[in-house]
Amino acid sequence: MSVAEFFDMGGYALYVWSSFGVTAVLMVIEPLLLRKRRQSVLQRISRIIRMNSEEKL
Amino acid sequence: MFEAYLAILKRDLILAVRRRSDVFTTLFFFVIVVSLFPLGIGPELKTLRLIAPGVVWVAALLASMLALERLFAVDYADGTLEQMLLAPQPLSVLVLGKVTAHWLITGLPLVLMAPLLGLQYDLSIEALKVLLISLLLGTPALSLIGAIGAALTLGLRGGGVLVSLLVLPLCIPVLIFGAGAVEASVSGLGEVGHLYMLGAIVLLALLLAPLATSAALRVSAE
Amino acid sequence: MNSRLINWFKFSSPASFYPLAGKMVPVFTLIAVMLIGVGLYMSFFVAPTDYKQGEGYRIIFVHVPAAWLSMFIYLVMAFWAALGLVFNTRLSGMMASSLAPTGAMFTFIALWTGAFWGKPMWGTWWVWDARLTSELILLFLYLGFIALQGAIDDSRRSDRAGALLILVGVVNIPIIHYSVKWWNTLHQGASVSVTQGSSMSSIMLWTMLIMALGFWAYAIAVALSRVRSIILERERDTTWVSELAEVRR
Repeated sequence: MSVAEFFDMGGYALYVWSSFGVTAVLMVIEPLLLRKRRQSVLQRISRIIRMNSEEKL
Repeated sequence: MFEAYLAILKRDLILAVRRRSDVFTTLFFFVIVVSLFPLGIGPELKTLRLIAPGVVWVAALLASMLALERLFAVDYADGTLEQMLLAPQPLSVLVLGKVTAHWLITGLPLVLMAPLLGLQYDLSIEALKVLLISLLLGTPALSLIGAIGAALTLGLRGGGVLVSLLVLPLCIPVLIFGAGAVEASVSGLGEVGHLYMLGAIVLLALLLAPLATSAALRVSAE
Repeated sequence: MNSRLINWFKFSSPASFYPLAGKMVPVFTLIAVMLIGVGLYMSFFVAPTDYKQGEGYRIIFVHVPAAWLSMFIYLVMAFWAALGLVFNTRLSGMMASSLAPTGAMFTFIALWTGAFWGKPMWGTWWVWDARLTSELILLFLYLGFIALQGAIDDSRRSDRAGALLILVGVVNIPIIHYSVKWWNTLHQGASVSVTQGSSMSSIMLWTMLIMALGFWAYAIAVALSRVRSIILERERDTTWVSELAEVRR
């Protein structure tokens, strides 16, 4: 089986690759969004802590 | 316990009579939605007869969503709801009283109006009868299920749209069997099975929905 | 027995669950990557071409696992919701809300791949088949839950309201499913039945199973890492959060 044949999927290329592609994209995006969310939460909290400690000084 | 139920029912009915506009907005909405469909689809009677059960039922579903937001909102705003939460009678009985009143105010007029609208769609007398019965069985279930959503979204911003979002998916079985009964009667398949299923759904809702609603009210009013 | 019970409740406190979840996330990520890798290899190179549906049938290797997961996650959410209402633990509500977006995503994937399956096989993007319709309604239930939680600012109320909504949904799901099924059989016109008899070979079944396990591990990893963010957001004023290494930078 050649590479081109593989990507052609017996004429079903559009359907197979749209299905797998969208699934893959979503399953990559979700963890990336989560990482971003975690970083922003951590940033916010450390800012609050810094502000509090400055107030105490 | 039954007295508490009656007291709540009577109170809500009196309040509704004093403020009639609520009843009319729901009813008017129902009439207008049903009347819009022929204008969008075309006046051909054969098509209209085909879509009539679905249109009337979907319009009834949407109209009953419209009134839900106010089910507990007024009592919540003036503190009556808190008194109900503290009352010695079980909250679910009081909830049932409120839902009954709500159905009598917004559901029943809609049911009575439906045959008239069915005439616009050239439904036969037999089909109109089934439509009336199916709505009579189905709309209480809509009010009961809707009460859960109304209790959950109590006092939230954008509560009205949110209620529809929560409640409409849960109402799908009622829609299927309600509209299905009329359709089955039109096509000569016999509507009895659908009506039995509707009855079963109403009973189940009658049993569980007041409990879920009172739990939701306790969460929301905390 | 008693000591074990206490142990479980120890992890129901966010402060002790947070580091535990942090250790579990990489493990499940690794499992997910490995299983999905093997599953993808099997679905393209090991599983034979279907004699009836050609290469197009390979869509089921994402479609069916996603559909399984979409339903399974809702049940897991219901489990957490019931736990939260009964034992009044804060973590349960956080777990339920951290699972919801992933569940909705898998429901969407199931619908999307279902459409791409339907077009070549039945000639239409969408059929009002009982299973597809139920899946669509499941998506609505997920979205309703997310919308409800988004509208409530108070975290305690949003947890409990969400839990109630999920439990109401779980009671309703069988009713919805069977009513849709009945509705579908009554309206059997031009629509095509999904359960057309193509006997599944065992290699296909294994591939599907491995993919489903991979998705499952993925869902756990994602939900755990999301719950860590939720914990941090809700507990930002506590001392244990301010003493975390990742916060003190």
